[in-house]
Amino acid sequence: MNGAKFVLLLLLTGAAGFGAAWLIGNAYLFFAGYVVLQYIALATAWNILGGYTGYVNFGTAAFFALGAYTTVVLHKLTTLPVPMMMLVGGLVSGIVGLGTGYLTLRLRGAFFSIATLALAVVVQTLITNWNFVGGSRGAYIVRPPTVPLLGIDYIQYLFLVMLVLVVIVLATARTIERSRLGYGFATIRDDEIAAEASGVPTLRLKLLATTISGAFMGMAGAPLPYYVTYLDPASGFSLAYAVNGVAMPLVGGTSSWLGPVIGAILLGTLQQVATVTISSALNLLIVGLMLVAFVIVAPNGILGLLQGMRERLRWHLAGRSRV
Amino acid sequence: MTADTLLEVSGLGKRFGGFVALESIGLNVAEKERVGLIGPNGSGKSTLVNCMCGTLRNEMGSVRFAGQVLDGLSAHERTRLGLARSFQLPRPFNTLSLADNLRVPLLYSGRHGSQPIDARCMELLRVVGLADKSDRLPRDLTQIEMRKLELARAMAADPRLLIADEAMAGLSHAEVDDILSLLIQLNEQGVTVILIEHIMRAVMHFSRRLVVLVAGRKIADGDPTEVVRDPDVVRAYLGE
Repeated sequence: MNGAKFVLLLLLTGAAGFGAAWLIGNAYLFFAGYVVLQYIALATAWNILGGYTGYVNFGTAAFFALGAYTTVVLHKLTTLPVPMMMLVGGLVSGIVGLGTGYLTLRLRGAFFSIATLALAVVVQTLITNWNFVGGSRGAYIVRPPTVPLLGIDYIQYLFLVMLVLVVIVLATARTIERSRLGYGFATIRDDEIAAEASGVPTLRLKLLATTISGAFMGMAGAPLPYYVTYLDPASGFSLAYAVNGVAMPLVGGTSSWLGPVIGAILLGTLQQVATVTISSALNLLIVGLMLVAFVIVAPNGILGLLQGMRERLRWHLAGRSRV
Repeated sequence: MTADTLLEVSGLGKRFGGFVALESIGLNVAEKERVGLIGPNGSGKSTLVNCMCGTLRNEMGSVRFAGQVLDGLSAHERTRLGLARSFQLPRPFNTLSLADNLRVPLLYSGRHGSQPIDARCMELLRVVGLADKSDRLPRDLTQIEMRKLELARAMAADPRLLIADEAMAGLSHAEVDDILSLLIQLNEQGVTVILIEHIMRAVMHFSRRLVVLVAGRKIADGDPTEVVRDPDVVRAYLGE
């Protein structure tokens, strides 16, 4: 399937989802759907760095919150529409991603991960002490009830905006995967020294991956202040974003763009169901249990599990055909 | 340095903390030459290769390749100039198929001709006898197949100089002959080859010139039959 057909398929799937929620007429579906879409974008963005190049980023919350706080700043200073704010948020987080890449050039494995964790702490400390965006007491964003031009509810609008972002992020991830860049990323994940010996400019590609990944995380976080209407550092830099950002691709499978989508839909939906039926306090417990279960049962995620089953079936059929 | 000198290493030195791994190494390799590089374990052969290829940075001396100073260039930039190497322990890209393992240097070295990449991948796999496993992962390969893949990947970068670092270690007699004929064939096509090896039968059969390193220093350089009779070389291998 070529890129245009893939984007069309994504748009049709998204439109079908939006239409179904519209027909059911329950506003909560848009609230819950927005969160699942946000996690698809976040998990896919994480996977561009963590899955494709093997650099595990624990600082997801920092990039995500930077996007959200960029919106707070822009909301106070301008009257830009949300999509423009997302672009600026993406730019800010992308630049921070590039800077993180430069600062961690020589770090690999756990050392890189710890550095990204430290980045999240540093950014949160700075935001907590920045009075203009509300500091530790947080900032209120009053969103209009409807969107004037479209005439739809604001949450439905945010849902649509996030849907478009998901289409862009997934199309980008899939394009990377099948391109020269994707092969370069895979060699970084497999063996950086051998990659350099094969002519791959590993340093440049790592910087590209940290920038793209950071930018998409920032874009995913940018509409958050309009969704929650009150943003403080504790919620913007919530552990949930860092944990989900890592867990969703790992549960779904990191080898393909589809893995984070599966992981985000599965874990995101489970958490939404738990939130309304039991308590949101269970969310991280669910993620933790799922992560432990998958590390034991399917270390390559759901996609790896399916691929293994397919290979076993192929061997089985090949064996039978020889008999 | 003569007109046909492809590689020129002069005064190259490398230390790891207080340990001197290489001391003032000088080495000239001419275009299309077949050079054997030998030495006991720990003599600095792989360190020299790593310094020449940019995997390690040398503290002293310099490396010129095809008239260009390589000092300060990263490994991938050197590969793009036509300096390729295979690794002592095969380092395949484990999550990529064999064809994709070769696709990477073809995509990134910027040295493949007008031939379509898919066709070139298959041609290289055919040369090393792995064409029927093109869609398999490296984990499915035997030891010799892994070494053949390693060589094929170095060849995919279309090198002017190929450094084969112990490409025959652990292989049977027949398998060594397989790799040898592959390297000779490559050399006949115009590629300069430096062979680092412990299997003396292979080294003597392959090399037109032999260089010996001992404890980070070059102790002999010349005709292979004369070098192996050199008293310093005999002492280095057999002791006093």
